[in-house]
Amino acid sequence: MATDTTDGTIVGRGNTDGARLFREWFTGLTAAAEAGRGGAYVFVMGSLVELLRTFDFPIVFPEINSLQTAVRRVAHEYLNEAEDQGYSTDICGYVKADVATQLRGGALPMGRIPKPAIAVYTNACNTYIKWAEIWERMYKIPTITLDVPGSRAAGAQTWPGNPDFENDRTYVLAQLRELIPVLERVSGVAFDIDRLREAMGHANTMNRMWRRVLELNGSRPSVFNALSDGTIYLGVANGFRGSPEGAAYFTDLVEELEYKSAHGIGTLTDERYRLLFIGVPCYPIFRRFTEMFTELGGTFVGSTYLRFASGGANRGFEYDLDHPLESLAEGLLIGTRDAMDNMFFQTEILIDMLDEMDADGLVYHPIKSCRTVSTGLADSRRALLAARDVPSLFIESDMMDRRVVSEAQLKNRIDAFFEGLASRRAQAAIRNA
Amino acid sequence: MTDLVTFPDWHDQPLDGVLAACRDLLEDPSYPTVRRWREAGGTVAGHFQVYFPEEIAHAAGMLPFKVRGGPVEPTQADSRFGSYLCSIVKTSLELVLSKHIELELFITHPICDAARNLAGVWGRNFPYPCQILYLPQNANSAHAATYLRGEYDRLRRTIEDVTGSRVTDDALRRSIAVYNENRGLLRDLYALKRTSPWLMAADEAYALMAVGGTIPREEHNALLRTALPLFLTRPARRKDRIRVVFEGGFCEQPPLDLLHAIALSCDVVDDDLMIGLRWLLEDVPADDDPLRALAEAYLERSSYSPVQHDLRKPKEAMLLERIRGANAQAAIITAAKMCEPGLEEQVGYTRALEDAGVPFFVSEFEENMTSFESLEIQLETFVENLLFE
Repeated sequence: MATDTTDGTIVGRGNTDGARLFREWFTGLTAAAEAGRGGAYVFVMGSLVELLRTFDFPIVFPEINSLQTAVRRVAHEYLNEAEDQGYSTDICGYVKADVATQLRGGALPMGRIPKPAIAVYTNACNTYIKWAEIWERMYKIPTITLDVPGSRAAGAQTWPGNPDFENDRTYVLAQLRELIPVLERVSGVAFDIDRLREAMGHANTMNRMWRRVLELNGSRPSVFNALSDGTIYLGVANGFRGSPEGAAYFTDLVEELEYKSAHGIGTLTDERYRLLFIGVPCYPIFRRFTEMFTELGGTFVGSTYLRFASGGANRGFEYDLDHPLESLAEGLLIGTRDAMDNMFFQTEILIDMLDEMDADGLVYHPIKSCRTVSTGLADSRRALLAARDVPSLFIESDMMDRRVVSEAQLKNRIDAFFEGLASRRAQAAIRNA
Repeated sequence: MTDLVTFPDWHDQPLDGVLAACRDLLEDPSYPTVRRWREAGGTVAGHFQVYFPEEIAHAAGMLPFKVRGGPVEPTQADSRFGSYLCSIVKTSLELVLSKHIELELFITHPICDAARNLAGVWGRNFPYPCQILYLPQNANSAHAATYLRGEYDRLRRTIEDVTGSRVTDDALRRSIAVYNENRGLLRDLYALKRTSPWLMAADEAYALMAVGGTIPREEHNALLRTALPLFLTRPARRKDRIRVVFEGGFCEQPPLDLLHAIALSCDVVDDDLMIGLRWLLEDVPADDDPLRALAEAYLERSSYSPVQHDLRKPKEAMLLERIRGANAQAAIITAAKMCEPGLEEQVGYTRALEDAGVPFFVSEFEENMTSFESLEIQLETFVENLLFE
């Protein structure tokens, strides 16, 4: 752990380096698009980038591209374009932004993405499958569903040695074995198990560090905001998974956050309320949304988003490099399943997070665009409040569509939530006195 | 339980009385057949749309009940869900929260992002097992059938735990035989729709088929065996209507009155309504390994829907085949409101129909909609344009 800085740049390095890596990624994608190379289109939950990069594919994350259009406040142009093509106002905004991106030849505010040569995706979100069908129709490319069975019920996870786990693992492994020849054919690159081992080694470092990053925010004051800073880290965790740059980034990030933790350097100068965020961020007003909390002394110390959208990297799963394919199957199964658990069976997970992060309250943010994440949130909140006496806020908006984001209404609700937090704290102080 | 009759209302009735009884049963939110089953000591396995291997629950002596929403206001369920959701997810939970239906087991499937959340939601509200049955979503993997056989075995063990009785292979074979008969009778019903649609209106065919999800399959077989021949004696005459395929009813179901409104101007000669009841296209061989036979039938000899991705079954091509197979002149392409798979599929379907030169009518519906005048007028206009082209 660093105990001092030599060049005075350690604090904030994660955000600066994250932004730089993102620019470099998009520069590379733009060059690939201009060279006419086809990309591997993947999604954040079970991306398998550690395997795909051994075939030299440019890696494209359509979810990340779409959310960037919202952050850069041009999502409405893309959504309108897709809706003009017949796509409903009631489907996933990410899908529609990508449809418009494809119609624009891959043009995005951050650069240009290559057309897909192949799409590889899990079933962690059903919309992944429907989304890939659009590319299948547009480009006649191979679209490969990697079917990763999730938990069958809350608390019903099985583990190695259990026959049901082995049935799932064998299925995932068989699909990986079927995928590799397709990747060889599409890329023209022969499978090299040593390259895979190397990429998996980097993924191991990233997984280990990702878990540590999340743990470090248990510090008081917390060392990063899970919503704003966390989204930068998440972008690198996905885009650079299995790469030396990604492993180095997270090694540095852990160093930075340990330094901040050791020196009591918080993400807020006056951290009054430690909150958990449940759902997907409000990207159309991303910065303002976070400010509505930070201005009142609230910071997000943890989120389900950093767990499910990292594909379950929070588990810190480390591959057995002596048995790469078998271990890749096991890691994919356990990680993707954990991502799904954080969406579908999250009550116990949140109770643990409340304790581990010493949180004061929860903010649920269901969104119109994403039923995967949002369908069960109201019920999950009921169950959690039955188990724990903890303040919570339930606000609905969207991750893409500014037509369903009412900033004034959100502000009113958030202000009232903080009044409640303050009142609760005052009453507790009186009781304790 | 084999002697129990849960649905006696159609017995000794003329055809119109049979159909009225079916319609009344479908629209009765008290689900009297399920209540009678339970009152006789039976247990109920509720399974959400689209497909479920009912044979496994049936072999354990349970009543498989198709959870497909219902004619109720989701007053309690609303507080368990967000705003932007299809109706079937809400009303299905409402039926159970309000005790219209009581279950011993609930199974949902990863058919869509909303449905897969139901195991979590129901599990937090009810003490009995509430699970996801992970039907394979990589239908093209050579290992999918082996995996599914294992998943069906896991389901068998769950059902054995719930009922306290073993599900033997012999019992499974007997159940498969009951369901094979049902599949055959439903094929006959759809053949009649295609060959003589003037004898069987869309809402009538639907009512006769859909009650199968709420009664023991032996009773449904008896109902179909009795009713189907009665249609052939019906004094109905061929009318000047267009032959259409109705697509979009794979999960949430349109109200009967909507189907009736369509039947006023169209002969619905094929559809995907309650496609889960007809998912397996052929008889399942009751061979050495019945679970394996069910798994292979699901993957290899099955229909299509927007919630299954199978490279061998491109959905537009399958729809065009359905239209050609039924000798239909046009298609009605619908989707339930807020149904993501259905709404996304509409785009692909309509483009394929345009390319193939097949006229189509696009709409959305909700299971609890009550006004159909606007739809009727639009549909009449669509039909007139075709008739006088």
